[in-house]
Amino acid sequence: MFLLAIDWFFIIEKLLLIAAIVTLSMVVAMYATYGERKVAAFIQDRIGPNRAGPFGLFQPLADGGKLFFKEEIIPLASSKFLFILGPMLAMITALLTSAVVPWGTALKVGEHVVPLQVADVNIGILYVFGVVSLGVYGIMLGGWASNNKFSLLAAIRGASQMVSYELAMGMALIAVLMLTGSLQMSTIVESQRGGALGGLASWNIFGGGQILGFLIFFICALAECNRTPFDLAEAENELNFGYHQEYSSMKLGFFLFAEYINMFISGVIMSTLYFGGYDIPFVNEAALATHIGQNWVAILTFLCLFAKALIFVFIFMWIRWTVPRFRFDQLMNLGWKRLIPLALLNMIITALVVLWLKK
Amino acid sequence: MSVQLTNRSKPVDRRPMNWVERMYLVNIFKGMAITLKHFFKKKPTIQYPEETRPFSKVFRGLHILNRDEEGRERCTACGLCAVACPAEAITMEAAERQEGEEQLYREEKYAAKYEINMLRCIFCGYCEEACPKDAIYLSQTFTPSNYTRKGFIYKKEDLLIPNPLTDPEGFKKAQGEIQQAKETI
Repeated sequence: MFLLAIDWFFIIEKLLLIAAIVTLSMVVAMYATYGERKVAAFIQDRIGPNRAGPFGLFQPLADGGKLFFKEEIIPLASSKFLFILGPMLAMITALLTSAVVPWGTALKVGEHVVPLQVADVNIGILYVFGVVSLGVYGIMLGGWASNNKFSLLAAIRGASQMVSYELAMGMALIAVLMLTGSLQMSTIVESQRGGALGGLASWNIFGGGQILGFLIFFICALAECNRTPFDLAEAENELNFGYHQEYSSMKLGFFLFAEYINMFISGVIMSTLYFGGYDIPFVNEAALATHIGQNWVAILTFLCLFAKALIFVFIFMWIRWTVPRFRFDQLMNLGWKRLIPLALLNMIITALVVLWLKK
Repeated sequence: MSVQLTNRSKPVDRRPMNWVERMYLVNIFKGMAITLKHFFKKKPTIQYPEETRPFSKVFRGLHILNRDEEGRERCTACGLCAVACPAEAITMEAAERQEGEEQLYREEKYAAKYEINMLRCIFCGYCEEACPKDAIYLSQTFTPSNYTRKGFIYKKEDLLIPNPLTDPEGFKKAQGEIQQAKETI
């Protein structure tokens, strides 16, 4: 009788959704490496990889294949368990974040309504922050277990950087939460749909006046993803590649992959929080659904979110190939003396405006 | 005292940064505009093995040994090229043409062995200037590659142009290159 009580459709639906999202993240990460090389090349007046397949499209496969066939070296002096745990944690935390993201409007399969979201928990955004904070353990463990001074230095840098930027990030986020009045990701997106100017006016960045907040959040996201100009944890000229120095084969691949997945996911989170999530600008989804059906609208909204996230990934890359790396003291100064006061200011102003408008 | 080399030099601005500059953001956006401009620029890349950069007419590449229209080798192993060679890259051994070999060699004496060490050669073109028999020329071919040093010692078979009797197309092509070399000696 117990088996009958389980909603099998629910379990299968969620499993399929998880598989789809994980696959999507992996494929995006794979092609983000290709994209990164192409963007770098184009910015430097080169062409980039173009030999493997048409336009070099099979390059990521070749790179992945190469990594798998490389010799796997675990240094004798390392603590083996933690050494292996490091890249695993980095990968797992990178993938876990996507669980609470609403990817689009609900699909309709027969009688069932399938929301394109793995878990609509009511503290969604807190969950994201929790998992992202765990991400620092990947770097910490990897760097510490390598038993290498450079790796350890990089790990310490990475950890201190992540901790200091998370603070400003969280404060920038509080302003958004005050506007929405909810921590639930789906509510945050729903509150940004419809409205004047084709829907743009209800997006948190424009309608909510969160331009400063978004800027702070974006800079912190760069730091959280360990991307240039904040990639001090892997500064190759001072730290010999940082915390992944002792890693080889697919363990190194996991670290690199996790970075790209993090980039994609943070693009998705930023679109969700500030740019209306899966909301298609200038389109009334409800009216469109009566014309072409609910499922097509779900796919279109998903594609819209995907495009927004990819634009962010492109901007991440664009910044990487433009701006040189910060010095460590500059990084800390920017984080503690500039971003946190600015985020506080933004929070207070938003609070006052929200309070005044509600009266 | 410093000497002014160009008119483009600018005095270094050592004023402390104002608050807009200290925000960095403006200058970062400027930098990003520059990189975006480069993103859409035409790329100067030449896809090498498929495309090659056009050479000047006077380019001196690997050597070729000429044949006449009937496919006979022109070289008579006189050794003038070897004498002219500043890098001493050319060696040869002469032999006398036997009865029945008239379709192979143009004159009574021929080079039984003719070798050029491409690693020693400096591609100066003195050999082609020295040759009285219209036999050796520097072609437009370049980038020889090999797995061993020995492989860079080109034998007569490597140097001779295609025989017009068996490969008229290749012969014609080689003659075109020779014509170009002749004009630029």
